[in-house]
Amino acid sequence: MGEFKVHRVRFFDYMPSGIRCMAFNQRTERLALARLDGTVEIFNFSDRYFQEKVIPGNDARSVEAICWVANRLFTTGLNGEITEYDLENLCPKYSVDAFGGPIWTVACNALGTHLAVGCEDGSVKLFEVLPEKIRFEKNLDRQKGRILSLSWHPSGTRIVAGSLDVINIFDVQSGHMMQRMLVDRGTVNSRTRECVVWSVFFLSDFTIISGDSSGKVQIWDSHTGTLNKAHLVSKWDVLALSLSQDESSLLAGTSEGTVVQFQFLSPTLGASEKEWVRTRTFKHHTHDVRAVAEIGTAVVSGGVDTQLVVRPLLDKVDVKSYDTGLRKIQFPHRPLVSCAAKAGLLLFQFPVQLELWRLGEGEGPGRPGHSLIVTRKPEKLLQLKRKGEDHICCSAISPCGSWVVYSTVSSIRLHRLQYDGSNISIAKVPRLPKVLRSAHQLCFSADSSRLFVASSRSTVHVIALSQSECKYLHTFKSCSGSTEPMHLLVASADGRWLAAANRACEVHVYNVRSRKPHCIVPLYGSCPTAMAIHPSTNNLLMVHADQLIFEYSIEEKQYTDWSRRVQKEGLHRLWLERDTPVTGVTFNPSNASQFLLHDTYMFCIVDQRLPLPDQKAQLYNQLTLKSLSEQDRKSYSHAFKFCKKYQPLLCVSVLEDQSVVVVERPLLDIATQLPAPVRQKKFAT
Amino acid sequence: MEAPAEIRVVRCGGSRITFRKAVFTLDSKFLLCPSGDAIKVFSSSTEECVHVLQGHANLVTGIVLNPSNHLQVYSCSLDGTVKLWDFTDGILIKTYVVGPSIFSIHVSKKHDGVVFLVVPMASNKSQEVYQLVALHLPRSPGQEVEAKEMSAVICDISPLPRAISFGREGEYIASAKGVQLSVYFFRKQKEYRFSLKATDKKGAKNSFPCVSCHPEDDCIATGHADGKIRLWRNFNQKKEYTYSTEQWHHSAVAALTFSPQGTKLLSGGTESVLVQWHYGAVTKKDFLPRLGSAIEHISVSPDGALYCTSHRDNKVIVIQSSLKVSAIIQGLVTGDDVQTELLIDPRTKALVLNGKPGHLQFYSLHRDKQLYNLDIVQQEYIHESGLRQYGVMQAAFDSDGAWLATVEERAEEDGGVDVSLKLWAFSDAAHSFQLNTTIYMPHEGHICSMCFRDGGETTTLVTTGRDGHFKAWVLAEDTDTQGISSHWSCEFVGDYHLLTPSACCFSADGSLLAVSFREVVTVWRPGTWELLATFSQPPGDIRDLCFGRLGCSKFLLGTTTEGVLCCWNLLTCSVEWSTALDVILLQSDPLSDNMAAFSAAAGSTDLFVFKPSEPRPLYSQKAVSSGVVRRAVFAPHQEALQSCEESAQWLNRSRLYFLSDNMDLMTFSIKSEEDRILASSKQLVVDDSVALTPFCLLLGKHRQAQRNEQDPLCEQVAARTQLPQRSTAVRELLHTPAHVLPPASHLCTMFVNSLLVSKPGVRGAQESEEEDMESEKEEEMGESEEEMESRDAAGRPAIQNEAADGTASLSKGQERELRQIRKADFSWVSAALDC
Repeated sequence: MGEFKVHRVRFFDYMPSGIRCMAFNQRTERLALARLDGTVEIFNFSDRYFQEKVIPGNDARSVEAICWVANRLFTTGLNGEITEYDLENLCPKYSVDAFGGPIWTVACNALGTHLAVGCEDGSVKLFEVLPEKIRFEKNLDRQKGRILSLSWHPSGTRIVAGSLDVINIFDVQSGHMMQRMLVDRGTVNSRTRECVVWSVFFLSDFTIISGDSSGKVQIWDSHTGTLNKAHLVSKWDVLALSLSQDESSLLAGTSEGTVVQFQFLSPTLGASEKEWVRTRTFKHHTHDVRAVAEIGTAVVSGGVDTQLVVRPLLDKVDVKSYDTGLRKIQFPHRPLVSCAAKAGLLLFQFPVQLELWRLGEGEGPGRPGHSLIVTRKPEKLLQLKRKGEDHICCSAISPCGSWVVYSTVSSIRLHRLQYDGSNISIAKVPRLPKVLRSAHQLCFSADSSRLFVASSRSTVHVIALSQSECKYLHTFKSCSGSTEPMHLLVASADGRWLAAANRACEVHVYNVRSRKPHCIVPLYGSCPTAMAIHPSTNNLLMVHADQLIFEYSIEEKQYTDWSRRVQKEGLHRLWLERDTPVTGVTFNPSNASQFLLHDTYMFCIVDQRLPLPDQKAQLYNQLTLKSLSEQDRKSYSHAFKFCKKYQPLLCVSVLEDQSVVVVERPLLDIATQLPAPVRQKKFAT
Repeated sequence: MEAPAEIRVVRCGGSRITFRKAVFTLDSKFLLCPSGDAIKVFSSSTEECVHVLQGHANLVTGIVLNPSNHLQVYSCSLDGTVKLWDFTDGILIKTYVVGPSIFSIHVSKKHDGVVFLVVPMASNKSQEVYQLVALHLPRSPGQEVEAKEMSAVICDISPLPRAISFGREGEYIASAKGVQLSVYFFRKQKEYRFSLKATDKKGAKNSFPCVSCHPEDDCIATGHADGKIRLWRNFNQKKEYTYSTEQWHHSAVAALTFSPQGTKLLSGGTESVLVQWHYGAVTKKDFLPRLGSAIEHISVSPDGALYCTSHRDNKVIVIQSSLKVSAIIQGLVTGDDVQTELLIDPRTKALVLNGKPGHLQFYSLHRDKQLYNLDIVQQEYIHESGLRQYGVMQAAFDSDGAWLATVEERAEEDGGVDVSLKLWAFSDAAHSFQLNTTIYMPHEGHICSMCFRDGGETTTLVTTGRDGHFKAWVLAEDTDTQGISSHWSCEFVGDYHLLTPSACCFSADGSLLAVSFREVVTVWRPGTWELLATFSQPPGDIRDLCFGRLGCSKFLLGTTTEGVLCCWNLLTCSVEWSTALDVILLQSDPLSDNMAAFSAAAGSTDLFVFKPSEPRPLYSQKAVSSGVVRRAVFAPHQEALQSCEESAQWLNRSRLYFLSDNMDLMTFSIKSEEDRILASSKQLVVDDSVALTPFCLLLGKHRQAQRNEQDPLCEQVAARTQLPQRSTAVRELLHTPAHVLPPASHLCTMFVNSLLVSKPGVRGAQESEEEDMESEKEEEMGESEEEMESRDAAGRPAIQNEAADGTASLSKGQERELRQIRKADFSWVSAALDC
């Protein structure tokens, strides 16, 4: 392992947005999650909780509720519209105004034929789901007070709606109200405050479960409209409920940051009569839990403290594996930082702006582990606000530092940057070729003369950049016919090759010079999370969501010997069980056989010449090695060398002068920027 | 009376009544507490000890009501027997000899004729592994039965009874050990084990010391070392079991019990707060705080109306289900360590020692009952380990009990100590000690010893401190604006070559003061404070000093750390005799010239009783107690014994009490005396104070209130003399059917009369009136009298004895007469006994 000068960057004020709501699609095992800023993210739970797709938000659109209908995703928001998303182009497909004011909730019936939305004006509106669109069908009886929660009976004949102080049951056929159940305001908060029914569920045995702002989870009989049992769960609100598929388990997320599980158990063993019993309490959040999902084997929860927590239910799993560990997903699984290696510039991507920073310089002899004296402080050169209301979905800076490009859902903007060390000027490139409408991923070639734009339907446009103009050169079409969006785009250092990975796990290699598709890397079941082309050998190195590493020789169109060896010997168990996916691959310019990988909690240098660690070997062995003599060290050392000093990592890249830039975002900084949590009495305070 | 006076060491009262759970009888009238080798039956309303069930030869480790007969109780003991008692009459019914030591006993209604015992595993005794066995009780008629038919149920369990609980209708039994919960289903004969991680990430301990099963639902509650309570469900499956966690306690949950109806869950721990959780709505809970000391066990009466908490300070509190304390049964408080010497209060002849933290307790040895607590520190005690709080380290009485001196200490963070000396005057008006003077930091550092000057014209207190001085304090009068008041002030500060003083002692007549400085004993004259003589006995520092009494007052005895017992003659100023004996405790009898010396030898303690003037010890016993005896005291007898046996004569005037290593109060008793006590205790029980008439209840409360206000001893005596008489009249009133009662005007006078405070003169008239009444109602009362008689069961043996002495069968008239005499006499007898 070599020695590097490290730029430790902690001035990227990235602030993730709080989680508003989520919906789990049991069939495809996808979790759709909406954040407070309107971003919709889709996680693939069958592929190591990989953040598969991100649909950037829009200032004008907020998301209050989210719902899957088969493979279609609908959201509703305070702008009063129901929006369906195009999951291939990662943008809203269309919006339908419900004409009922802000829409607080949406629910789909079991067959997936109808959507019900609850509006501010107290109406419940039914929409018929048609291929490619939805159509208004009817209004149910309008009530006073906004509708905050909805649930269909599995048979599709009844709808229960939670409102202020009241829960209503409607007959879908006639649209009339059948039952009206008043909710107790409770004694915890003042009695003058209305009790908001934040969440409600209609069970197949005609039981209704509601969670409300006075901290109760209540179980009702819908036939008689009577309260069966009330569980006081929290001093504050119960904000979210989630029911398991088999209706045997219920989760309630509260303002105190706890998730409470209820189970449908029989009080005496072996008896058939069952009741809802409060069982476990999970506390993984510091703030409001706004969304919970019970996905059978795990409890998924998210809230204002921005992290998505996957807590496996250990009684549902058989063997200890990757899935049995607690996962906290805090950071996006895509890079938000791009680095101009030659110019020493960093481009930070925020939802509504870009920031360009110049790295500082340090001086001094410097010993390993010690910090240098900073002679020039890092400097913020530029803050570039995006145009329009759409949030930025991707951005890039050219290695020479003279081009900055970003894209929103609706447009791409390319800027020319002139920086001579003291003065900076920026100019928008006026006329971009017409083909450039939006991009999923952007990439510059190593000599900054080409811009590659991954666009819709898995196409890649090649743009030639020069001082005077920017010219459209060519479009690479997907040769497999896949229309999934591209999420990784890398160019080789010699400018010959371009590799692009899409969400269908395909990796295409194009020959830029001959403008032809070169090959498709053999398909692997897990999505690639990071890849890079080796500057000298032109081998394509890919790391997948399941932590496997492949090396593919582009020229020979086959896996390299090292890659075959990795497959044969297998990687270490601890490596395979790592918490977060690898989000960056770079090469050590001074040593051709070494490459750097990083995930959120470590970066590691892999030496291809050294033997791989076998299953019994100690994976994190630096400390052990340090204590050994020179001779022993050789026999103990293996290919992986870890550095966990910098946490949590958002980016690791190597500059031209062989120094390493690490971008950290301390969790404490995020926590201090969060709003204050609800007041809780702590023991001995 | 002149039976062979065999001296033996006995556990005298004051043994822990909170060693194991107290058990309510079915009607909640009585509370059964194991207490040392015996079981005490308390009345749950009047706190009176009704019976003592004696018969076990070792510590009683568990009691349970016989599920098939609620008037009987099973008890188990370390002596390897299970005994069946009739607790209403205090009769031993049966003894089942099991063999190995039994650590706890459990029964269930479903398993008739079977008791479940926790015994050590036979295979490896050294490892202390226990198993739960089912013992089939043989149905043979004999008094003492061998019971050997045992079958193992669960192996490797905790020996504590609170770690085992029967589930719904005895279908299963749950037991906890370490971090593992095991549930054994009897029907399926299958055992499920669930374990938690030893520690969770935050370092809290998950081990569960206590477990309780819901009586109707299949729900097991476990209390954990980190204060959590888990409710387990679905535990008939290996994997899909589930539990919910609740937390209120900040340290370990020590006791956990479901109410018999299953609606409440009670928990307690070091916080001294009884927490009542509502089953089904666990967020709702009620508290009963400030119970005084850590809760160790909780039990609930079968009807759920009364709770009972056993506390670490040897106290049992009976609590109504509305969380109101209704009775407190306080035993002798022996904490982990007794700092003060054992003292005898000269006024009440009560034993005085550390009680609750920061208190001195006054404990009546004779009645085996705590009289009262004197708050010395007068600061709130915080129940949390690791806090530095004031503790009473020393106490001393002057000879007539008018003054009490106490020393309290608190360790400071920087290694120093905070000491204050308090002097308390006995106030006749308040009938209690009242603080007179507080001297903050009387010495720089610890106070090693202190003593009052017994004789002499002025009361003097001498303290010796670690700072190399001894100080004499005298009562000085000073006049201020409020008038004349007297306070203690320092009269003299003495030292000797700047050596650290250790022991100090006044001679019996107060004319000499001996203070030891390291290996040197200095003798001073109080008043003028001149140094009269020095003795020294190197090697070794002086540990204890003691002047001889009465005929041996010319001797001064000292013990050294190097194991020498030395006797100086004060007249000749020379060593009279010395012997190599490692005496750890030297105690003189104030009523005779005897001395008792405890010496440590090979893990046990030997006792020597001797006269300083005689070379031969009067009495010696090897290994009176295992471990080290730390404290001992001579307490005067209420009346001197006449024992002719030479070896027992030293016990004639006083009785020697000592605290054994595990804080049991032990004493020496002679056979003849034991017989006498046994007889008197039988008579004591005659007073039928537990009959639960409404009026008696009223009295109980009334008396309790009175006791809080006034000196308990005198008040109780008075109350007890009144009780039987009143209750007789009222009981007759209440038990006679209304249609046979005399006119109300007639009854009224009788009732009012019964409420009057009886004076000896008045009593005669009253009695005659009562007799009239009875003869009037004689015929109608046949049934109720029989009932009464059975209630008087304790008094019965005495009468039967009388009857056996006289004619074999009495006529009805004679019997009635006898009964009347008995009724009339009770008050007198008990009054006489108590005086």
